[in-house]
Amino acid sequence: MSAVTASRRVGPLDTARHTMTLAWRGLVQIKHNPMELLDLSVQPIMFVLLFTYVFGGAIAGSPGEFLQWALPGIIVQNALFATLATAVGLNVDVEKGVFDRLRSLPIARTAPLTGRVLADLAKQVWSLALVLAIGLALGFRIQTGIGGVLASAALLIVVALAMSWMSVLIGLAASSVEKVQIFAFSLMLPLTFTSSAFVDIRTMPGPLATWAEVNPVTYLSDAIRGLLLGGPVAAPATRALLWSAAIAVVCAPLAVRAFRRRA
Amino acid sequence: MSYAIQAEGLVKRFKETTALGGVDLSARPGTVLGLLGPNGAGKTTAVRILVTLLRPDAGRAEVGGYDVVRQAHQARAMIGLTGQYAAVDETLTGAENLVMIGRLLGLSRPDARARARELLARFGLADAAERAAKTYSGGMRRRLDLAASLVGRPRVLFLDEPTTGLDPHSRNALWDIVRELVAEDVTVLLTTQYLDEADRLADDIAVVDHGRVIATGTPAELKTRTGGLVLEVRPAEPERLDLVLDVMREVIGARPELDGGLAVAGVNDPAVVPAIVRRLDDLGVVAAELSLRRSSLDEVFLALTGRRAAGAETEPEEPEETELEGAGV
Ligand SMILES: Nc1ncnc2c1ncn2[C@@H]1O[C@H](COP(=O)(O)OP(=O)(O)OP(=O)(O)O)[C@@H](O)[C@H]1O
Ligand SMILES: [Mg+2]
Repeated sequence: MSAVTASRRVGPLDTARHTMTLAWRGLVQIKHNPMELLDLSVQPIMFVLLFTYVFGGAIAGSPGEFLQWALPGIIVQNALFATLATAVGLNVDVEKGVFDRLRSLPIARTAPLTGRVLADLAKQVWSLALVLAIGLALGFRIQTGIGGVLASAALLIVVALAMSWMSVLIGLAASSVEKVQIFAFSLMLPLTFTSSAFVDIRTMPGPLATWAEVNPVTYLSDAIRGLLLGGPVAAPATRALLWSAAIAVVCAPLAVRAFRRRA
Repeated sequence: MSYAIQAEGLVKRFKETTALGGVDLSARPGTVLGLLGPNGAGKTTAVRILVTLLRPDAGRAEVGGYDVVRQAHQARAMIGLTGQYAAVDETLTGAENLVMIGRLLGLSRPDARARARELLARFGLADAAERAAKTYSGGMRRRLDLAASLVGRPRVLFLDEPTTGLDPHSRNALWDIVRELVAEDVTVLLTTQYLDEADRLADDIAVVDHGRVIATGTPAELKTRTGGLVLEVRPAEPERLDLVLDVMREVIGARPELDGGLAVAGVNDPAVVPAIVRRLDDLGVVAAELSLRRSSLDEVFLALTGRRAAGAETEPEEPEETELEGAGV
């Protein structure tokens, strides 16, 4: 196409357009893939219901009390799991050759990555809203206000963005989708459970409690809890952000290298 | 003369494997270059370098006048790629796949839709346009993949084994499309393991084996060059075959081969034919069949690589089009 032939590189406006087109694609995919919709919607709902009614009574005396305390943690776990969708989606693209097709087009180099991350962020917001809605329906009461909800969403999105570097790295480096899923599960499950997401970490045995105290999921859960229920926010939020920065600093160069190696 | 595709000394190593060991290729604008080679020859690796997906370890290549490493972006604007395995987004419909690419290439939404419709119709996918690509058959996916590579009206099209897995009808349809594109002055590089495909479509052929180009030329040149001509003689009385073999060896200076009741020998100089005919006549041997033909690409490949080409055994033999005057006795 002569229009593209002339330009030597992609301007910021075109880069944004390419990213939006590929983000659109990430969202249209849902239409034809009911499984993904299930993942996006049923899983959060299931998390909330199971945690509340199965563990609630045992852990906090009543489902209602547990929900009030644990919903922020469920929100965090849900958000972290959602970041892995990026890894799965990218890996499928690589395996199916779609990634190569996109890279053979005269478009911004990063658009296949940023487009997907953007689409996944939109899904992230959707599932956050869903968890919150179902929580509210089951009796969760926000103690702060709309500002707290928005700040929670903002914090989660920033953390999710940092985590998506890890997701991109996994997605590009793994040799198959199955491996992505196994890796993701065996990383995320212990990480979210050895934190303050669902329980009071003071009940954990010594070394585990020590780890749980510095676990980024703990910081994030405490921050969201503070934002929704009131309580200290600055300290845990800062630490959660520092952790995110650390993850991004380690994973971003590795992800870029994996991206180049695919080139 | 300027080339649409030009590669010099391409080298690519994967750990211990040398996928390409110094490959030169060139294709004139508006022609089809056939890259012919068996499994693992390095065809896909060469294509991936030319479409900017892979960096060569050494050597350089230009597509449409742009260096595929230093001017990759401009080169990408010239090319269309249909990879060895259909690269379609299975979770999108056929139409959405093409619209996405149109939009990425800068078409407006209506233009992208119109282009998608046009291509889907051209590739017989109009009825399946609104179905998710995961419900497509293998052949439909390949056609969608090919359509996707044409959205941007590329000047140089790369087709990596485009007919593998297609039924004969779809294969013929694809051949027609390639010819149409060439008529529109598109340059096509096509890899294939099928000799007849290269023979039919390609203006020039590069035979690749073990990461090297072992022969280049037009299909006709290749057939003439290696082994040149093939002389086949079948005596009317089968018991005189030994005598025929002796005569042929004497005149040609090389041992003929036996193929059923047929004595077959490679010949470089057609002048041996009358000599052989005369000698046989002197000895009173009547030839039931005597023909001189240009060697088929099959035989060329065998001569060049010492192996039969993949698919050669399973492909039905084409009737020879190049049979010379039978010099019957
Ligand atoms: N990514 C890779 N990593 C390691 N080795 C590779 C890689 N890609 C190709 N090779 C090796 O390079 C050689 C050439 O491979 P290539 O795919 O180019 O062959 P081909 O001619 O396309 O074969 P086929 O007809 O089977 O598609 C093979 O030995 C292959 O194993
Ligand atoms: Mg190949």
